[in-house]
Amino acid sequence: MPASILLLIPLLPFIGFLINGIGFKRIPKNLAGLLSVAAALGSFILSVYIFNLFQDGNGEAVIAHYFDWISVGALAISFSFQIDQLTLLMLLIITGVGSLIHIYSLGYMSHDEGFGKFFAYLNLFLFFMLLLVMGSNYVMMFIGWEGVGLCSYLLIGFWNKNTSYNNAARKAFIMNRVGDLGFLLGIFAIIAAFGSVEFNEVFRGATAYAIGDPVIVTITLLLFVGAMGKSAQIPLYTWLPDAMAGPTPVSALIHAATMVTAGIYMVVRSNILYSLAPFSLEVVAIVGAATALLGASIGLLQNDIKKVLAYSTVSQLGYMFIALGVAAYTASMFHVITHAFFKALLFLGAGSVIHAMSDEQDIRKMGGLRKQLPVTFITFFIATWAISGLPPFSGFFSKDEILAHAFAHNKLLWGLGILGSLMTSFYMFRLLFLTFFGEFRGTQHQREHLHESPGVMTVPLIILAVLSALGGFIGVPEVLNGSHQLAAFMSPLFEGAKAVNPAVFEGLGLSHATEYTLMAVSVIGALIAGAVAYVIYVKQQSVPAPDSVERTGLQKVVYNKYYVDELYDTLFVKPVRVLSDVLWSFGEFIIDLFVDGFGAIVTSLSNKFRKLQTGFTSLYIFAMVMGIVIILFWNLVVKYNSFIKDLL
Amino acid sequence: MFPFSEAPPEIPAVIKLVPLHYYLFLSTALFVIGIVGVLSRRNAIVIFMSVELMLNAVNLLLIAFSSYRSDPNAQVFVFFVMAVAAAEVAVGLAIIVMIYRNTRNTDVGFLKKLKW
Repeated sequence: MPASILLLIPLLPFIGFLINGIGFKRIPKNLAGLLSVAAALGSFILSVYIFNLFQDGNGEAVIAHYFDWISVGALAISFSFQIDQLTLLMLLIITGVGSLIHIYSLGYMSHDEGFGKFFAYLNLFLFFMLLLVMGSNYVMMFIGWEGVGLCSYLLIGFWNKNTSYNNAARKAFIMNRVGDLGFLLGIFAIIAAFGSVEFNEVFRGATAYAIGDPVIVTITLLLFVGAMGKSAQIPLYTWLPDAMAGPTPVSALIHAATMVTAGIYMVVRSNILYSLAPFSLEVVAIVGAATALLGASIGLLQNDIKKVLAYSTVSQLGYMFIALGVAAYTASMFHVITHAFFKALLFLGAGSVIHAMSDEQDIRKMGGLRKQLPVTFITFFIATWAISGLPPFSGFFSKDEILAHAFAHNKLLWGLGILGSLMTSFYMFRLLFLTFFGEFRGTQHQREHLHESPGVMTVPLIILAVLSALGGFIGVPEVLNGSHQLAAFMSPLFEGAKAVNPAVFEGLGLSHATEYTLMAVSVIGALIAGAVAYVIYVKQQSVPAPDSVERTGLQKVVYNKYYVDELYDTLFVKPVRVLSDVLWSFGEFIIDLFVDGFGAIVTSLSNKFRKLQTGFTSLYIFAMVMGIVIILFWNLVVKYNSFIKDLL
Repeated sequence: MFPFSEAPPEIPAVIKLVPLHYYLFLSTALFVIGIVGVLSRRNAIVIFMSVELMLNAVNLLLIAFSSYRSDPNAQVFVFFVMAVAAAEVAVGLAIIVMIYRNTRNTDVGFLKKLKW
């Protein structure tokens, strides 16, 4: 596998970023858009090429070493890429979905004055994301990890003239820092335990540890804190809904399809470590289940089209962590893939709606859009069908695999999963019906302005719709007469983990009858939830009450997102504010007293001493001569008094 | 100890006719006269002449030591001092002439504007 081509995959978007970033405002719009789309597409084509090369090979991981990056004592960190099944899957998602979203943005951002800047940031994001998944050690992963966080910050606050958007960007950045600290400590712990950060060496070293060894448990828990931040899990999820302040293609690319799945990628990458730490897996599963339920329940009552999708993303990420928690790594990656398709599609569809509605995001003011936006409606419908887990679209296969594994592991986990799945189906159909069915509820001006998006936006929607519909067929389970190609493809990744802890990999152990029952329960449940939404929002034409109406009881709590933001505000933000006020006054009065005091003393002294400079040259000469005399006296008489004796 | 205590090698008899400390006293006297001149006079040209006197006192001292120690280095040094002094005189006198043209005065006490 040619190392130069591998290097080119992340390098192309980086070059795009450099050109667009440096030439911003001088490069004409068309050229800037073309450049970054070309960079993204180029990466995608190279990724496909590498994928084919890899398929022809023997399926072993390829490591391309470029140079030694950091060498400290016995620790050597190299700049090298690792290409294996996991990296290839992520590469295809990132560059494939990324290219589609780049193309979509050509249309979506066409009226924005920051067009070139936007594409520069998007390219930079692709670069860091590719670095994250291609790096062959934890440090390179961390560099990518931080880089995507930076791009996320830049793009959330892209419209930086709006203060609340800037606050959202800062919130995302700071909450991610909390998680990143855990990740960083995890890397330090890895270095302390294994003396290396290279994946291969760490995983080889891990086989020497017993199952449940405290060292491994500590490392995995610390790494999971990082995943909590990046992948928006309880308690660090509140940044993701606020991140919807960014342009919609950003929400689709960064906050749905790629960046937020970095945490899942990291856990799957470290699957040996996690398989050795059953306690950590339990924690992952519990956090995932809690997040899945919490996100879904908040999504039930949101009225902002992007906020619903944001909480849905939080909830779906929770599902992926449930899968990781029951050691169903393949199922988790499967859901990452299908989720990338349908959630990107949902966001892009929402973007198309927002575009048509003249930047209106409140679904209470929409309605009946299916006639004016037929392509958006059909693709959005397919995505809704997919995310609700209804056959035969992609979400059905991936979600069902997760739920089956959860059932085999713990019935309660499965029950929570089904509950979340019902809510998913309900809030997605609620969104669909409120947006596209019924009567139009917007202003007259908006009604006149309604239009289907241009081709450059609808074509990516159609491609993603096809992928959302058919993407599930890469992982048809055996019970449905499929061969689960994805599992076969990914199986080499888990050989090491299987060798050290076969217990967590024991098959599902479910009879076909049980599996059919599980599928039937989730499908029928989702259908019922969808039907309930249909009755409420189409038959009865009810519309959520405006914000001015006082809500009561549980509804009020859920509508206000369980007051988690307010809780964090009281627990963390306010105390820090108070502390900074105290420290500020300390600086203002105590430190300034010293600094200003010294200044005042020097000023008053110099006011006196400056009188010495009279302007009379003879006085200066006199002073000079006196100085010389004193020096001579000192040197000759005091220090070398014997010289005088000699002389006399 | 101090450089003087070493016995200098073979000094010609004709030089020994005048002991070294005569030269020391002479050049010290010249130097002090120069200093007093610089300090007491206000006319820029007289100050300048006094400075020259100090320079030549130093030159004389250098030559004296050079001869008594049979070391030619100091003589080379004296040539440099003379060359630099000549250049300095050229520049210094030009400045004094310019000052005189502008102020009709060569009193150093007169030019005292450069102060706080």
